[in-house]
Amino acid sequence: MDRIPILRMGKFLLVTIQIDLYDRLATNLEADLIQMVNKTEAKGVLIDISALSIVDSFMGRILGNIGSMSKIMDAETVVVGMQPAVAITLIELGLELKGVHTALNVEKGMDLLKEKITMYDEEPEELEDEDSVE
Amino acid sequence: MKIVLNKDTMKIEKEQDVVPFRNRVKEYAVKINMGLVNQTKLITAASELVRNMLKYANGGIVLIEAISQGRDNGIRLTFQDKGPGISDISLAMKDGYSSGKSLGVGLPGSKRLVNEFDIKSTIGEGTTVSIIKWKNG
Amino acid sequence: MKTDIAKLLQRKKKQILEDWMNMQLADASLREDLMSNEELREQSNELLDTLLKTITDKNITEATSEEFEPVNEIISGISILRARQGFSPKETGTYIFSLKEALLKTLQTDLKDDVNTMVEAIMKVNKLLDVLGILTFETFIKGREEVILRQTDEITEISTPVIRVWEGILVLPIIGTLDSSRTQVVMENLLLEIVESGSTMAILDISGVPAVDSLVAQHLIKTVAATRLMGAECIISGIRPEIAQTVVHLGIDLSNIITKSSLASALKHAFGILKLDVKRIQKDKAL
Repeated sequence: MDRIPILRMGKFLLVTIQIDLYDRLATNLEADLIQMVNKTEAKGVLIDISALSIVDSFMGRILGNIGSMSKIMDAETVVVGMQPAVAITLIELGLELKGVHTALNVEKGMDLLKEKITMYDEEPEELEDEDSVE
Repeated sequence: MKIVLNKDTMKIEKEQDVVPFRNRVKEYAVKINMGLVNQTKLITAASELVRNMLKYANGGIVLIEAISQGRDNGIRLTFQDKGPGISDISLAMKDGYSSGKSLGVGLPGSKRLVNEFDIKSTIGEGTTVSIIKWKNG
Repeated sequence: MKTDIAKLLQRKKKQILEDWMNMQLADASLREDLMSNEELREQSNELLDTLLKTITDKNITEATSEEFEPVNEIISGISILRARQGFSPKETGTYIFSLKEALLKTLQTDLKDDVNTMVEAIMKVNKLLDVLGILTFETFIKGREEVILRQTDEITEISTPVIRVWEGILVLPIIGTLDSSRTQVVMENLLLEIVESGSTMAILDISGVPAVDSLVAQHLIKTVAATRLMGAECIISGIRPEIAQTVVHLGIDLSNIITKSSLASALKHAFGILKLDVKRIQKDKAL
């Protein structure tokens, strides 16, 4: 069975989705990623979806699940590189990807994760302002 | 008057059929020069409906048609299944309602993504959903 | 002996053109500002020439046949050109109907000895020119429609500029009513520009939007949500007091959106988020 590779970069996990996922692959990714968060004690998960031309409610739910599950395990999730057409479609569909942060590209996503983590360490009160998606 | 320019049918039986099906819809949309955003909306709606079909009726048949009406071209997709049918269509079309464990955006969300949406269902016989997305709609 | 109308008219071409020109020039509504008399003469000559070359005694009653293709083409060309140049429908109509008058006048003088032939000829020419007249109007209106379509495109283009005001900050002034198709364009332009410029802040200025009802608010909320999905933040500025009033009276919830009354304060807020500081340079008087 195919699997989406999960890369580890220090305290973060990096996933680049390069192909349109069929359901099994997506559910596997969800399970693998949570396992990895647990095993590596990662503080952040970055998912690059810039190659995805479609995000439907199923894929949206997977992304949301990953966000919520990581959160419970004390890791932040950032989804980066969403295509404009995909964003417009998701809004029209009625999905707002609650629970995950978003960033324009991998670089900005990494910055956001680092910022979140230092914020948690130093001043846990002022989180709300920087949240991209609430 | 809607004229059919080109058509194709696809059988959807397992989840692996979803991605090839989306690609076929995309080919059709590209062929009539549909813009990227409308393409994405159409394919997303198609994906939602085909997923519903798999989940509730174990698959079915999809008819893909390139149609033209006046100056406008568009894509019509007809999803036919022989599943249990939907007892209350207006309830199924409500945001946030789901009989399975999903987000409940499938039907109402798809409707928002396309220009024309038509659903017919008979209990015990199956459900037919037909959607149209115009190139400039 | 049967008179060949086509041949007769061809022989009299010079006379017809003169009559036609005189009629046009004598018309009070002649638009010398739009077209010079020489140009008009050239245009008329070309049309008359092609028309007389095309008609024969046989096809004179079948103006819709293929043989009339060249004539139709010239007439269409002239009508579309006139529509673009800003001639009125009346002026364009007068142009083609004065040709009819000139043709009929020639027939009248030349066939005055044979009333039956004259009536028959006049009927035929009349019918032919009516068909051409209808064609003129159809293409004239088509020409006008093209102008309107082009302008509509231009308006949509113009009305949604995306301005990079600072590194990482985009401003999108919205002018006019925000309907769903307009929102679509605004959203698309904004998101594409966000990707292109790598901006993380977008300011939607609605000072030019005449009214905000629940539908417009819905569109604004959608745009903000889509921007956030991309990983950028969106501020709405230009909220006038009356807009604030209607929003609250209609019970629209904008609390999840950063709103500012002026573009300046929105920009200031954006600077704050990007951790930028704008300062007045203090000139040291001692130097």
